[in-house]
Amino acid sequence: MASKKKLMNKKNLISKKTLNSKNIMNAKKIVLLVGFLFAGALSASPQIQHWQTQNGAQVYFVPSNDIPMVDVRIVFDAGSARDSAPLSAPDSTRDSARDSARKAGLSGTALMTNGLLAEGAAGDDAQILAEKFEAVGAAFGNGALKDMAWLNMRSLRDDKYLQPALINLKNILSFPAFNQASFKRELERLKITVKAGKQSPGTIASLRFFAELYGDHPYAQPSTGTEESLQQLTVKNLQAFYKKYYVGKNAVIAIVGQLSTDEAKKMAADLVAELPAGEHAKALPDVKALSEAKTIHIDFPSRQSTVLMGQPGLARGDADYYALYLANHAFGGSGFGSRLMHEVREKRGLAYSTYSYFSPMRAAGPFQIGLKTRNDQLQEAMKIIHLELEKYVSKGPNEDELGDSLKNITGGFPLRIDSNKKIAEYLSVIGFYKLPLDYLDTFVGHVNQQNKAKVDDALKRRIHPQKMLTVIVGAKSEK
Amino acid sequence: MKLKKISTAFVLGGIVMGLSACQTNPSADSAKAIAAQAMDSKNVESKSHVSQSGVYSFMLNNGMKVLVKPDHRSPVAVSQVWYKVGGSYESAGVTGVSHALEHMMFKGTKKLKPGEFSEIIAANGGSENAFTGKDYTAYFQRISSDRLELCLRNEADRMRNLQLSEDEFKKEIEVIKEERRSRTDDNPSALTYERFNAAAFINSSYQQPIIGWMEDLDSMQLSDLSAWYKTWYAPNNATLVVAGDVDPQQVKTWAEKYFGVLKPSDITPPKPRREVAQMGERRITVKLPAKVPYLLMGYKVPVLKTRLKEQKDTTDIYALEVLAGVLDGGQSSRLSRRLVREKEIASSAGAGYDPYARQQTLFLFDGSPRAGHTVKELEMAIKEQIKNIQNTPPSAQELERVKAQVMASSVYEKDSVFYQAMQLGTLETVGVGWQKKDEYLKKIQQVTAQQVQAVAKQYLTDDSLTVAVLDPQPIDATKQRVDRAAGGRHGQ
Repeated sequence: MASKKKLMNKKNLISKKTLNSKNIMNAKKIVLLVGFLFAGALSASPQIQHWQTQNGAQVYFVPSNDIPMVDVRIVFDAGSARDSAPLSAPDSTRDSARDSARKAGLSGTALMTNGLLAEGAAGDDAQILAEKFEAVGAAFGNGALKDMAWLNMRSLRDDKYLQPALINLKNILSFPAFNQASFKRELERLKITVKAGKQSPGTIASLRFFAELYGDHPYAQPSTGTEESLQQLTVKNLQAFYKKYYVGKNAVIAIVGQLSTDEAKKMAADLVAELPAGEHAKALPDVKALSEAKTIHIDFPSRQSTVLMGQPGLARGDADYYALYLANHAFGGSGFGSRLMHEVREKRGLAYSTYSYFSPMRAAGPFQIGLKTRNDQLQEAMKIIHLELEKYVSKGPNEDELGDSLKNITGGFPLRIDSNKKIAEYLSVIGFYKLPLDYLDTFVGHVNQQNKAKVDDALKRRIHPQKMLTVIVGAKSEK
Repeated sequence: MKLKKISTAFVLGGIVMGLSACQTNPSADSAKAIAAQAMDSKNVESKSHVSQSGVYSFMLNNGMKVLVKPDHRSPVAVSQVWYKVGGSYESAGVTGVSHALEHMMFKGTKKLKPGEFSEIIAANGGSENAFTGKDYTAYFQRISSDRLELCLRNEADRMRNLQLSEDEFKKEIEVIKEERRSRTDDNPSALTYERFNAAAFINSSYQQPIIGWMEDLDSMQLSDLSAWYKTWYAPNNATLVVAGDVDPQQVKTWAEKYFGVLKPSDITPPKPRREVAQMGERRITVKLPAKVPYLLMGYKVPVLKTRLKEQKDTTDIYALEVLAGVLDGGQSSRLSRRLVREKEIASSAGAGYDPYARQQTLFLFDGSPRAGHTVKELEMAIKEQIKNIQNTPPSAQELERVKAQVMASSVYEKDSVFYQAMQLGTLETVGVGWQKKDEYLKKIQQVTAQQVQAVAKQYLTDDSLTVAVLDPQPIDATKQRVDRAAGGRHGQ
């Protein structure tokens, strides 16, 4: 269940720029920064249709007739933010493991629950479930991050492929077995994933960054769990989690494909028909702002130092969202042309990758700046980033930077929704975060309404260079 | 977290190297799309060709190839220029020069300042990048389709008018070393793969890392890059691929206007450097500060290009593809089923084969053992799976599942214009010809269980195997790691 990662995949191709999604504002979650929907040559502006099923699932549908296939994505408010938290703050992990059950919490529950769905359901074991999808060419996937847990499936439109795939998907969603043997196996595999994280400076930095940034907020806990929390997990925890969160009122269904509205309605209703209505997950606690700067250096025998710097940033629906999105684009969100890239890489050759982004989430997601540089260049690179951040917050972007960013965001809009896959992801984000149905239509307009005064004001109010959390993982250098 | 692999067996190399096939079900396409295609074809002169999958191809007078795949779903276009040059074209001592040049291609021409091309694309709402592989270097833009012309104009400019500056190079080579550190040196499995690859090939240039050895980056000169640019960056060594909401006739006009005027070069193909026979298993251990053991196994196998070159039947190539699918095409495939779920030996296990390369390559296996199991046990379990297929052909159901997934993928891939362009560029640049894409599905459908068994027997033999094992060492922050063998006595 820990993603069957093909490590060898990454090595045959390298690229000038970091191809990971860190250059965009919302890297870890699904990216949604888009504006209006366009009128394509064939597709009229895809209007989002929205309704709810009898048991309260929110459905978002865009018909798309060009390719004989269907994408469906079912999202639950059942990410790791819903895992039982440890009773003490993470910086007290030095304590003995005596009361470990209470201390460790149950992080990993959301991911394990989601992962176990396809490991056995409705009398079929994992093998049969996989065969049923693959025999009709359907592609099934699932996963969980901090906010969302999801299942997604892509199938050919022809009913002889689509209908068996939908039945299988419904079974996985409605009748998961949670048997002990699968649980044990997947738990062992997740433990290996957690262990592998300890050989990766990037993972070490990120886990510590979230732990420090969020303190006793649920976002502090890693989705993958910790060695300690996984020790405590039982199949009962998963069953209880499933029962509480995999319910109609806690579900969003996004559908894009070659279907009529009636067909989509029937499909959505049928998929979740066996789920009780239940309740929507409760609001998450607010995120506390940092009260002072804090820097943590974790010694690690790597060539580079990995730096993550940041603060709590934005929740979805925040009034400053558009201003800060634009501000970040010019600072570190747009790759080449951004200040960070220019000052750190292009002018000085200090790094391959440096970026910043806001990751708007249910509760305030992080504002994060990232950098990797040779250990002996760490101080120099950090100095530049601090300087640039202070300058940017006090003076804001110049008019040229602002204009360039506006042009890129508005002109690049069609690229963000040029496939069914992307549209399905956007629909699920709109549904999950209860964004207005015209969110896509109005995005570019909202961005265009920003100006220097608004951006400067938002930066000053929301970013505090004197109170940044900094996590560094790398070998300390004398320099 | 469970990334379902649709035909991951057919996806290797971090990019979708895959392949697709002709449109099997034209009736399923919207009438409008077909009408649009018919209109397109009327407009283009008769000397260009339209394939059954709707690809327009033509050759400019200077020998540059142009491929256009219209897709009118969204008002966007992708432009890619592919050069026949990459890591495998390089000689010892200058490894990484293709990739280094790729970085420098963004540093200005006679007309444009360093970074200005990127700025123009950004100001027009586009995104752009480039990538270097063993057998190709490619540059691309994704942009609103009404801005396509400026991509072509500027791409043509830097094909012939690059200004390589010493100042820019000094900074950029440091950026590349940082890239190497984060991609390879600080990533235990990537570093293991690099050593594995170097051990697997004896004289083939596929032993070289694309990013280059650090030693070679340290000694790289601007003159290495300018020589490389002069040798390979010419219209008759390049293919332009455009996909998206475009009119093939218009693309042709622009291609002629901007690329057609460039002077061709005399291109001398790289030396063959065909891999010698292996004559026995090769095995290495990589000791690194790490936590999780990792196993890589590779068997020497032919690729489509080598078969075509030797004018041999290509059945084996497609049978190897299906073999990879039987072993690792989805969660129901054998490695997931037997090694991960039944025997519970592997935490992860995968197999992969990429038929689109210039030279003989590797049929790969990789994986990590579960706690309580060893890499040795994992290796034995993978070999047992190989033996099973060698002894008994895969079942009809298994074969059907693999074929169903390939068939479905050939529909799904239409959702991405970038991917479609990528396929055309790859096939053309490794030398098999983009038309092979149209045959792919049919060839896969024709593969029999006996042929899968036969290629497993023929190619997955101990004598052509290379094994690398990552042997995790304690992660000790006080120990500085060394990059080079000290006094020739010990390395890592």
